[in-house]
Amino acid sequence: MRAIETRFFRALLKNTTFILFVVVFVVFGLLARNFLTLGNLQVILSNSSYIGIITVGMTFVLLVGGIDLSVGSIMYLSAVATSVVVNDLELSPWLGVVACLAVGLAFGAFNAFAVTKLGIVPFIATLVTMIAGRGLGLLVTQSVQLDFPDSITLLATVRLGGVQLNILIYALVVGLAALFLAWTPWGRRLYAAGNDLEAARKAGLKVARIIGSTYVVSGICAALGGFVSIAQIGRVPASFGRNSEFDAIAAAVLGGVSLFGGVGTVFPGALLGTVMIRVIQAGLVAKNVDIYIQPIIMGAIIFFAVLLDALRNLQLKKLGRRNIMKLEA
Amino acid sequence: MDVGVDQKKPSLEVADGAAFQFLGVGKSFFGVPVLKDVSLTLKPGSVLGLVGENGAGKSTLMNVMGGVLRPDAGRMLLRGAPYAPQGPGDARAAGIGFIHQELNLFTNLSVAENMFIESFPTLGRTPAIDRRRMAERTREHLSQIGLEISPGALVETLSPGERQLVEIAKVLAMQPRIFIFDEPTTSLTAKETGLLFEIIRKLRTRGTSIIYISHILGHVAELADEVAVLRNGEVVTTGPALEHPVPRMISCMVGRDLKSFFPPKVSRPEEEVLLRIDGLSQPGIVRDIDLTVHKGEIVGLFGLMGSGRTELARMIFGVDRYERGTVRLGDGLLPPGNPRVAIERGMAFVTENRREEGLLMSVSIADNIGLVALPEFARAITGHLRRRRLQAATEQKAQELRIKATSYQEQPVKSLSGGNQQKVVVAKWLLAAPRILLVDEPTRGIDVGAKYDVYTIIGELARQGSGVLYISSELEELLALADRILVVNRGELVGQFERSEFAEERVMRAAFRQGEEVPT
Repeated sequence: MRAIETRFFRALLKNTTFILFVVVFVVFGLLARNFLTLGNLQVILSNSSYIGIITVGMTFVLLVGGIDLSVGSIMYLSAVATSVVVNDLELSPWLGVVACLAVGLAFGAFNAFAVTKLGIVPFIATLVTMIAGRGLGLLVTQSVQLDFPDSITLLATVRLGGVQLNILIYALVVGLAALFLAWTPWGRRLYAAGNDLEAARKAGLKVARIIGSTYVVSGICAALGGFVSIAQIGRVPASFGRNSEFDAIAAAVLGGVSLFGGVGTVFPGALLGTVMIRVIQAGLVAKNVDIYIQPIIMGAIIFFAVLLDALRNLQLKKLGRRNIMKLEA
Repeated sequence: MDVGVDQKKPSLEVADGAAFQFLGVGKSFFGVPVLKDVSLTLKPGSVLGLVGENGAGKSTLMNVMGGVLRPDAGRMLLRGAPYAPQGPGDARAAGIGFIHQELNLFTNLSVAENMFIESFPTLGRTPAIDRRRMAERTREHLSQIGLEISPGALVETLSPGERQLVEIAKVLAMQPRIFIFDEPTTSLTAKETGLLFEIIRKLRTRGTSIIYISHILGHVAELADEVAVLRNGEVVTTGPALEHPVPRMISCMVGRDLKSFFPPKVSRPEEEVLLRIDGLSQPGIVRDIDLTVHKGEIVGLFGLMGSGRTELARMIFGVDRYERGTVRLGDGLLPPGNPRVAIERGMAFVTENRREEGLLMSVSIADNIGLVALPEFARAITGHLRRRRLQAATEQKAQELRIKATSYQEQPVKSLSGGNQQKVVVAKWLLAAPRILLVDEPTRGIDVGAKYDVYTIIGELARQGSGVLYISSELEELLALADRILVVNRGELVGQFERSEFAEERVMRAAFRQGEEVPT
């Protein structure tokens, strides 16, 4: 009896993401009829793509037990760089993309340097990048909104096989990241470092390089996510990307990525988490929930997700203890 | 100083054909010498048993060999050639495989991934891992040591013994020419230990040299061709195992003759029942446990690993919950799942898992010892501490237990050796002078001298009127210490023996339920 219960509880904790996903869909499907239409779903997926890409990068960082608060500012900075290239220098949009990604890479590399070489706690190191990075961006723009030419915004209308380009880019990023995590030595070592840093060091793994790489990935993903967003909306206000770090962290955690490191996946985990967050946000809007209530609900959901993560960690440890009587069977 | 074995001390000669040699190796930490002029020779195709008390320098010596530490003096020769590793990688490359006491496995990865974490096989030139080849090779390595688990199994689903064997298979896969085993059997069942010994013997016949470190001297005597005893950083004696039977090892280790392993028995149980447990049950863990502990009594709880003894103690203390049954301390019922009440009423629990449950590793020895008894050292109204009195009391306990440290007030617990850490755990609970003391494997992984001290203290506590529930898988110590022995098997009490009925074979038979196959 109790053994079955235990197994059930364990399965429940291991599959919280799927269960939550179903619950969210059912609840919003019932609350807001006509909300879960096919058209609406594609809009949600399309709107998920930019935060989804950032969440993929965040997942890498979380897997090694780190955190990256600077993704929102990196989004803004790389958008500014793109604007400088295409608006001020009037160069090709492709160079704009290159500049955008280069800025993401540079700030990601700075985070990696601060965390692995200078030994600054990830929370603080990326907090500094977040504050100073936004400041740097605003210094360039003087808080003026940036508008992008058609050459950029037209990218958002490109469809391949009937699917929007941004969804394709998102799918590509998720696919690549999932492959890397599951099938390459680097990916598996990332999980190892997240599980037990000390053991990883003893095993002779290049721990600093592994951890550093995740911040670079996160920086590039933030820049790419930013670019996808620019293409969609065509303008960048001074607040561009603000609070994205929290959406990305919340999406990852809802998707079953542990803040303790070593646990979680990009596919299906982070993907489901991202869609979930978006469904909730869109659902709240569709239900005309007071805009001051919305952040409270979002906060509660994130709290719940993090709580589940902590419980899961604790419970799996406890349930993992040896069950003596089972030997009799 | 030396126990008349000077003539056995090896000279500083380079021996021909040696697999490995330490020549006058020395190492100090903060000016305190930990290794002094150590010279040892490891012959090819032989097992060298390395024994010594906790803090004798065994780990330091092995860390020097494994490239973790660099020696201050002396040199090392690997098959006659100078050897000076700059890091663990150098040692590995030189063919030295090190199995550490604590496991270095990643629980979130599979067995196969753990085996190949340093060098994954890849598909041709691509960066993709060749999972099929990895699984095949893992299966080969596992079958070599007779371990039947799937290469794809996550390490978190394995038992402690299986994990240890995986770790061994992992080092084995590197095909080292020299193998260092540091306390490899602490988490192994009897069957798994047998398996390990077979592996070691097989390695030896292939010409591999092995250094085997253990506190279980019986194992050392069984396996080793040569024995070396370290004391206070010096080699006290080294030579053929036949010349070093267990009693000689012990006297060399401690530098004095321990009359026996155990102190004379001083406790005498009285009528008064201190702890009464009725019908304690938790499905899947324990069933209908009844037991009593009297004042001044030491009750031994014997069972094999995984029999449910630790879980039972955790329920009694209130850390784990139980479905049915009662725990009565003195006249009052103890509420389930509430260790605070248990402590307030005078119960103490020395856990088996000192690193995770018993100690604040970065806090000083004295502060750790004072932790449980703190309320007793608080002033009546303001509640602030009588520091001097606390300091005196913790110092005294530390001295009684002969905890080896330079400063009890300053030195953090993590800087102590394993045995001394265990003494700190014991001291912590003793300072609170508990009415009922639950001890779970208090002597695991600690040396003979430290064991003797722990036995003495527990006996003394019982003589002063405490009741002790002593959990152990070492029958010998229960036979020596306990007034009564209860036997647990698969969560049930299956036997009870009064002191007059003590006989090793009978207790063992009860634990195995009449000589069944050893459960794993």
